[in-house]
Amino acid sequence: MSSDGFVLSPLDGEPVARLRAVSLRYGKTQALDNISLDIPSGCMVGLIGPDGVGKSTLLSLIAGARAIQEGAIEVLGGNMASAAHREEVGPQIAYMPQGLGKNLYPTLSVFENVDFFGRLFGQDAAERERRIRDLLLATGLAPFADRPAGKLSGGMKQKLGLCTALIHDPDLLILDEPTTGVDPLSRRQFWELIDRIRTSRPGMSILVATAYMEEAEQFDWLVAMDAGRILATGTPKDLLAETGTDSLESAFIAMLPEEKRLGYRPVEIRPRSAEDDDEVAIEAHGLTKRFGNFTAVDHVTFRIHRGEIFGFLGSNGCGKTTTMKMLTGLLPATEGQAWLFGREVDANDIETRRRVGYMSQHFSLYRELTVRQNLELHARLFDLPREIIPSRVAEMARRFELEPIMDELPDSLPLGQRQRLSLAVAMIHGPEMLILDEPTSGVDPVARDEFWRILINLSREDKVTIFISTHFMNEAERCDRISLMHAGRVLVSGAPSELIEARGAKTLEDAFISYLEEAATEDTSTSAEVPATPPVVEGIPQPRGRYFFDPRRMFSYSRREAMELRRDPIRATLALVGSIILMFIIGYGISLDVEDLTFAVLDRDQTTISRNYTLAISGSRYFVEKPPLTSYEDLDRRMRSGEISLAVEIPPGFSRDLLRGRPVQIAAWIDGAMPQRAETIRGYVQGMHAHWLAQQAAQSQTGAPSSLVTIETRFRYNPNLESLVAMVPGVIPLLLLMIPAMLAALSVVREKELGSIVNFYVTPTTRLEFLLGKQLPYVVLAMFNYLLLVLMAVTVLGVPLTGSFLTLTAATLIYVLASTSFGLLVSTFMRSQIAAIFGTAILTMLPATQFSGFIDPVSSLEGAGAFIGRIFPTTYYLIITRGTFSKQLSFAELHSSFIPLLLSVPVLIGLAAVLLKKQET
Amino acid sequence: MRLSNVFNLGVKELRSLSRDRLLLALIIYAFTFAIYAGATALPETLNRAAIAIIDEDRSPLSNRIVSAFYPPYFLPPQMITQAQMDKRMDEGLDTFALNIPPNFQRDVLAGRSPAIQLNVDATRMTQAFTGSGYIQSIINREVSAFVNRYQSRPSSPVELVERIAFNPTLEKSWFGSIVELINNVTILSIILTGAALIREREHGTIEHLLVMPVTPTEIMLAKIWAMGLVVWVASALSLTFVIQGYMSVPIQGSVPLFMAGAAAHLFATTSLGIFLGTVSRSMPQLGLLTILVLIPLEMLSGGMTPRESMPEIVQNIMLAAPTTHFVMLAQGILYRGAGFSVVYPQFIALFIIGAALFAFSLARFRKALSEMG
Repeated sequence: MSSDGFVLSPLDGEPVARLRAVSLRYGKTQALDNISLDIPSGCMVGLIGPDGVGKSTLLSLIAGARAIQEGAIEVLGGNMASAAHREEVGPQIAYMPQGLGKNLYPTLSVFENVDFFGRLFGQDAAERERRIRDLLLATGLAPFADRPAGKLSGGMKQKLGLCTALIHDPDLLILDEPTTGVDPLSRRQFWELIDRIRTSRPGMSILVATAYMEEAEQFDWLVAMDAGRILATGTPKDLLAETGTDSLESAFIAMLPEEKRLGYRPVEIRPRSAEDDDEVAIEAHGLTKRFGNFTAVDHVTFRIHRGEIFGFLGSNGCGKTTTMKMLTGLLPATEGQAWLFGREVDANDIETRRRVGYMSQHFSLYRELTVRQNLELHARLFDLPREIIPSRVAEMARRFELEPIMDELPDSLPLGQRQRLSLAVAMIHGPEMLILDEPTSGVDPVARDEFWRILINLSREDKVTIFISTHFMNEAERCDRISLMHAGRVLVSGAPSELIEARGAKTLEDAFISYLEEAATEDTSTSAEVPATPPVVEGIPQPRGRYFFDPRRMFSYSRREAMELRRDPIRATLALVGSIILMFIIGYGISLDVEDLTFAVLDRDQTTISRNYTLAISGSRYFVEKPPLTSYEDLDRRMRSGEISLAVEIPPGFSRDLLRGRPVQIAAWIDGAMPQRAETIRGYVQGMHAHWLAQQAAQSQTGAPSSLVTIETRFRYNPNLESLVAMVPGVIPLLLLMIPAMLAALSVVREKELGSIVNFYVTPTTRLEFLLGKQLPYVVLAMFNYLLLVLMAVTVLGVPLTGSFLTLTAATLIYVLASTSFGLLVSTFMRSQIAAIFGTAILTMLPATQFSGFIDPVSSLEGAGAFIGRIFPTTYYLIITRGTFSKQLSFAELHSSFIPLLLSVPVLIGLAAVLLKKQET
Repeated sequence: MRLSNVFNLGVKELRSLSRDRLLLALIIYAFTFAIYAGATALPETLNRAAIAIIDEDRSPLSNRIVSAFYPPYFLPPQMITQAQMDKRMDEGLDTFALNIPPNFQRDVLAGRSPAIQLNVDATRMTQAFTGSGYIQSIINREVSAFVNRYQSRPSSPVELVERIAFNPTLEKSWFGSIVELINNVTILSIILTGAALIREREHGTIEHLLVMPVTPTEIMLAKIWAMGLVVWVASALSLTFVIQGYMSVPIQGSVPLFMAGAAAHLFATTSLGIFLGTVSRSMPQLGLLTILVLIPLEMLSGGMTPRESMPEIVQNIMLAAPTTHFVMLAQGILYRGAGFSVVYPQFIALFIIGAALFAFSLARFRKALSEMG
């Protein structure tokens, strides 16, 4: 770590950041409370404190990723509230947010990830190539350049995060908990890497948040935080001296306000009593789990005795959780066996489950239920007798100190209390064994110690066997025995003191690292992680243009988006297959030419003429005759059941009266259940009736002349009135609106939800570059989609394209630009992907189907509908699709519809750019 | 399987749902405003249709015809010339163009039966079809009324009397509200159960259930009854207070019988929701999948447009979908007042489809749980 050698005087000179009275709230939560602080430049500054005290918030404010609510922040000599200053210093700040690989793109490879950031900072191909090569060599990632970021181990992800942060030689490097969840060896390597980078760039300031106090002891200057306030600042030595303690952890506890320390006692470890029986509670033999060709757990063997606290130590992704899941029966083992209390683990063995309590890694109780409801639900599910449930719940509440919060919702509780609730739930049925998966990660030291006191009581007094995993070394030291795990294998098991002794190490961490190094030399795939060459990252000044619009940055977003899209099967499938399916469905579904309608006749005349009348109906292609009706009851029953939709009643004496020229009535009963169909039937019947009359008149020559006027109806553009011919040119605009808009909206909202949007906040990318860059791949996809739709329409559905294909294609290009812009506009309002999907569906489909002339022409609309119809781009594109598909038109006739279409694109994209936020609020 | 677990887990689902404001808002919206909007948004078949007239006669009769077209069925007619007609129709300005030839009135009175030309923009299916019928009868009516003032003619010997059963005035809102109700029952039951499953997965609580003495069958049944019950109660309230109450739509048949059918339908659709929940890995995927599944279910089940108008093969495939039978059942009971003796085949079909979907989803759910770990 940083030796005092090259950091000459960390506290001299201009501070790199200066905060004055900074406060920030999220809703009701006060995240930062009136913070004033000068952060020295040119050194390594640590922010220490447990989760949720405001460290991340503070870092994101300094990085410019979050908007300032109250107070003033100056970074690198300028006010961070000013957008101009942020834009200017953006390229000098690198920010790596919390969470393993949070700002990385999981489907992109290691190289592609770093390359993307290089492009954002406007580096040319040769420069990027050189820098990426150096960085990957320095971090030991070079052998994995082609591996997707999502498939890296936690330590490798953090190194990759560091590469992306260092690609542009920042002056201020901000790292938010870069080593949380990373194994001790990778952690040590990470800090060594940082040290070497500092050697080559001594002027760089580094700001790190960490929950590991041991790490912080090596930093130059510390800021201790709690509950949004600063507890103390100073060098580690100062802090230790002030509190008179010998470790930062105890120093931190000593600095906490009085009420938090109240009732705090250090954890006492009582040895297991000698008479403890040697009954085996958990045994695993050669337990193996493979996912595809990845071995998550590799022949793990151990034996845990009753009442023992057995610790599993290792990094994220080393197989701890998988092993625990196999023991609980959540995952079937690929190979090997495990026994709980001498019974082989079986996922279907309900009885064993009653003897085990399980607490998973993340808080996994029902957030929508109160503390009491959670306890009661689990008690019921474990089938405790109804009458003892209240007393049992009360006992748990007392034992785990939950009494004051029984009617609260878990989300409103601090992490420590939530973890106690989880433990209470796991204990509700009095299990003989507890399996706890990293129960204390993210919990502050005081609460962690409280938690451990409870565990020790359970083990020593109630003889509960505890199988616990952790990545805190001081917790591991409290276990009776531990196993060190790495890459799916158990490296060694034994009592912590034995392990330290066996390696001749000073601390458990050193012992673990030495075991890891031994394992790494055996395993070629991990040996590559050890850095081979020193970093050659040089501080070459680079052009830092302040362009309003830089096409290179835009294209780097497009490239990345296109790569991600190619690798996401669900979205790509929806775009291409989904639209084709929907075209078929809507084409056939909204059909208006109704044929094969069922009808029956109640013929009370039974003459040649009455049968002739029936024939006139049944002979048409619209109607299918069903067996004749026998009575009104029959008519009523068959119409009710939906068997017939038309009944014709011919009265007795029909032909006689007709021949004598006496007025006579024929009754047509139409099923009015579906009004549209009823209208159609009415139209058909009227037409056929008139036709029959004309025929009769012509034959008899007795009646009056046929008619006063002849109406020649010419159905233009679609002479046979075929439904598909009319529908398809209308459906294409709907699909090319909804799907591209939805995908474009998702592309932005997805980044918001997953966190990678922060790259947009802290890089010099402008709003327009970001939006247009994201839009481009979806425009290309939509054009491809369009070609597919037209092809299907013309070939499979047989809808002729009579007009100019070129005009249609040009209009489509403008239209999909508009629809993707619409999606981007929608995305500025939406926070979650699910809201983006349904929101875009509603916002596009309603105006497109109701107000754009799809059903009724816009000229028929009134009020708001007419207004929306006149400004909505679909209206004009619909005129063009119908014109080119059915009306044989080309650009000459359709150019007036191009103008509003063209106007809509800059308006929509401009609105989106104005509304898009360049900082988190 | 223990019924007490199914009950307790179901109560948990109801409690969880009661805290999810977004979903609650969606349920309330779907069964109140959406029903109302669905009922009233359906335009009258012919509403403010654009018509242009080329009057080359300029006689009292042609004037009479021109003034017979007025709102709400038609927009006031645009008087145009022959030369303008093609361009206006190409641009989509007029849906109809009527050409009254020179000497029209004289020829009518002389009994020469002159021809009027009616041009229809057939790309506008709804207006084109019903509109041309309206226009023909309007012209016939006006011409004969005009002629009758000069000479008396015998009226047509055979009169066709139309009686529309169940909905005499062909009130669109009666139809639209029920269609919307049927659709929303399907949509919500699928989304609620799918989301209930995804939520457990995203929060990691499903794992917790699996280490307890609870079986996958119990978990799935609990979600089905709880979410089914919510939709069932919401639809009963909506039918009573929104459709029958606020909108005064008359219901022909027995509401309890319809609600029994809805329960059978919900059994099938909630199972389908579980299935979609096991296929999707996240809420967004569930959303996209739901859209792809729901649109065909809605459009091809016969609720929106008659089944008769679909190709035979589509009709047959859709017989496997629960919505098709539910639509038949609902239309039979609610529109036509059919009793159980008429709709029992739909009940049987819904039970068979529901049982098959349930068995399939359960198998899939078990498999997903063991893979998920």
